Amino acid sequence: MDAIILQILNGLDKGSAYALIALGLTLIFGTLGVVNFAHGALFMIGAFCAVTLSRILTFSHTIIDESRTDFLGNPLKVQVPYVQDFFGEAAGATIIDWAVPLSILFAIPVMILVGVVMERGLIKHFYKRPHADQILVTFGLAIVLQEIIKYFFGANPIPTPAPDAFRGSFDFGVLLGFEANQIIYPYWRLVYFAFAAVIIGGVFAFLQFTTFGMVVRAGMADRETVQLLGINIDKRFTIMFGVAAAVAGLAGVMYVPINPPNYHMGMDFLVLSFVVVVVGGMGSLPGAVLAGFLLGILESFASMKEVIDLVPGINQIIIYLVAILILLTRPRGLMGRKGVMED
Amino acid sequence: MTKSNLTRRGVLRSGAIAGAALGVPTYLRAQESGFTNAPGDSSVTLGFNVPQTGPYADEGADELRAYELAVEHLNGGGDGGMLPTFSSQELDGSGILGRKVEYVTGDTQTKSDAARASARSMIEKDGAIMITGGSSSGVAVAVQALCQEAGVIFMSGLTHSNDTTGKDKRANGFRHFFNSYMSGAALAPVLQNAYGTDRKAYHLTADYNWGYTTEEAIRSSTEAMGWETVAAVKTPLTQTDFSSYIAPVLQSGADVLVLNHYGGNMVNSLTNAVQFGLREATANGKQFEIVVPLYSRLMARGAGENVKGIFGSTNWHWSLQDEGSQAFVKSFGTKYGFPPSQAAHTCYVQTLLYADAVQRAGSFAPCAVAEALEGFEFDGLGNGPTLYRAEDHQCFKDVLVVRGKENPTSEFDLLEIVEVTPADQVTYAPDHPQFAGGALGDCNNGA
Repeated sequence: MDAIILQILNGLDKGSAYALIALGLTLIFGTLGVVNFAHGALFMIGAFCAVTLSRILTFSHTIIDESRTDFLGNPLKVQVPYVQDFFGEAAGATIIDWAVPLSILFAIPVMILVGVVMERGLIKHFYKRPHADQILVTFGLAIVLQEIIKYFFGANPIPTPAPDAFRGSFDFGVLLGFEANQIIYPYWRLVYFAFAAVIIGGVFAFLQFTTFGMVVRAGMADRETVQLLGINIDKRFTIMFGVAAAVAGLAGVMYVPINPPNYHMGMDFLVLSFVVVVVGGMGSLPGAVLAGFLLGILESFASMKEVIDLVPGINQIIIYLVAILILLTRPRGLMGRKGVMED
Repeated sequence: MTKSNLTRRGVLRSGAIAGAALGVPTYLRAQESGFTNAPGDSSVTLGFNVPQTGPYADEGADELRAYELAVEHLNGGGDGGMLPTFSSQELDGSGILGRKVEYVTGDTQTKSDAARASARSMIEKDGAIMITGGSSSGVAVAVQALCQEAGVIFMSGLTHSNDTTGKDKRANGFRHFFNSYMSGAALAPVLQNAYGTDRKAYHLTADYNWGYTTEEAIRSSTEAMGWETVAAVKTPLTQTDFSSYIAPVLQSGADVLVLNHYGGNMVNSLTNAVQFGLREATANGKQFEIVVPLYSRLMARGAGENVKGIFGSTNWHWSLQDEGSQAFVKSFGTKYGFPPSQAAHTCYVQTLLYADAVQRAGSFAPCAVAEALEGFEFDGLGNGPTLYRAEDHQCFKDVLVVRGKENPTSEFDLLEIVEVTPADQVTYAPDHPQFAGGALGDCNNGA
């Protein structure tokens, strides 16, 4: 039982990342009809927003410590962050420690800007082109973006830890009455899950309870009619592209303490996120979220030793297996809408 | 009036034949000298095949720095690096056999097919007489086989799988880097001293060749000293989040986690293991421990402070105090501003060893070079007295057991040496079961 609870917990945080990326993908597909293969790159850029802010906060000047030597025997050069000069050692260290949560504020405008520039500068020219063209151009864009990141940040993963207060783990099993050490769960993964829930809830609320959201939903259902009413739906869809970019970016920002980011992390999530979108149903926002968590949890279960012993290799194919099964039984996915991607 | 034999057709025919002959790649003109890509009188070209793109691009960049430094030293530039400390004093800074050393580079992308294509291009188009480099065993095995077919020497870079000098060994291929067996043999006594003989180990193993040989090596070494292996789980090479593999470890009854992962896999699995509290956990009444059989600098930097206190092994470390290591660190550090990695070290040394072998053989012919390398004993290159064993073309030398440093002073100062395991402790018979299944075969001059 404890093993099952543990894998459900693991699946929840993995599913959170899938759900956030798939939510943005579905938003873009539902509004603009574009299959955006650069969406994983937006997740990656978000993660590097955290790395960038962390580097800005640790931007330092050098002092010479005569009492110590470097590897060549010269006096050691010690880096002192300017933040510590401005705010004092303790306050400066705290600000640096909280670089990842602070990056949320930094990433939102950056990601919206990146999204809008991407949509206006490139993707809008492909609205009327076949999906194959859209896939090719966005995939190419993803490669360009990751190469740019690699140029500036290198190919190595860059450790970007969570604030001290959220490092480490707690014994979730004891809270549920199990023996100690049976269900250990890291604090930051719980934070990530809660954060994903807030973002998903926020996006749904925005679409459901605001006039802007209502117009966007109407445009998703019948773009022509909304335009005939004199509403500039294109402008709203561009803003939604920016919102989708920001959602992917925030998912990336908060993910960096879980795994050190590298330039390739977007590609690692991209294919799985597309499977999530297809399983959830093209164009369905609740479907994307539901499929994200479902596949995340199933992937966790398939990684259990007992399951691998029973069906060797299942951990590598489970997601695709489930996708095939669902598409065979429900061709539009779990919550797919009729008429989407069926022309 | 003399009659000329020149006809329009004759001129065209002769021109075409001459043009075709000149256009033939150097390697196809090997018959003239008896071996592939025989160099001219003034220069010789070496081929540096390193990952310039892909996940190990930074490691490849460090390898390339070391190669450029080696070429500089071979041509008499800089401070000479390890040339003065090398026990063989054949190299005097005048190139190799009086020829200036030039080089071309290829990008392995850490993909076997791409690495073979770039090596082939350097051999066939650029006339490289020796190929060296790489940051993966899959690449090393693939390129080594290609060099065997093409008739050039392959001096491998960073490759740790037993198979490179085991079942996939080739007569034209040589490895200076240590291997999985040596990691196990070096680590076991240190782990026994630190953690005792009554331990239960849980292995997470990358699902590819290097992972298998490393798991096998560590398992056999630790089981021989009394440890029990409670589980060994293969993880996909493409895995990024290892939480679902890490989470069940504590429930398994294990009190040691062995991460047979390299590169990004290791960075993520170790980070996840620390997040899940394994460093602070206790199991079976003991402190839970994590072991990383093979450390590299890029991994230690990527994992950050998570490496603190964790044992692993490495081929070489810049903090070594022997004359050769210090000369290399000074030379590299002065030129580039930071200390070299173990990948840089092995590539630099391989280049010097190749050049020295050519010098001693008095020939660039691969079989003459191979003969000069086989059974060659040397010192002064940073690993103590070393033997290039003739039977499998594997170097036998001291192996370093390292531990993540508690208080690093810089981003390069992440590991500390806890033990220098003597070469005889990590030496095995050429027919050891972990290396069974292959044969060197005959050396190929290519002509």
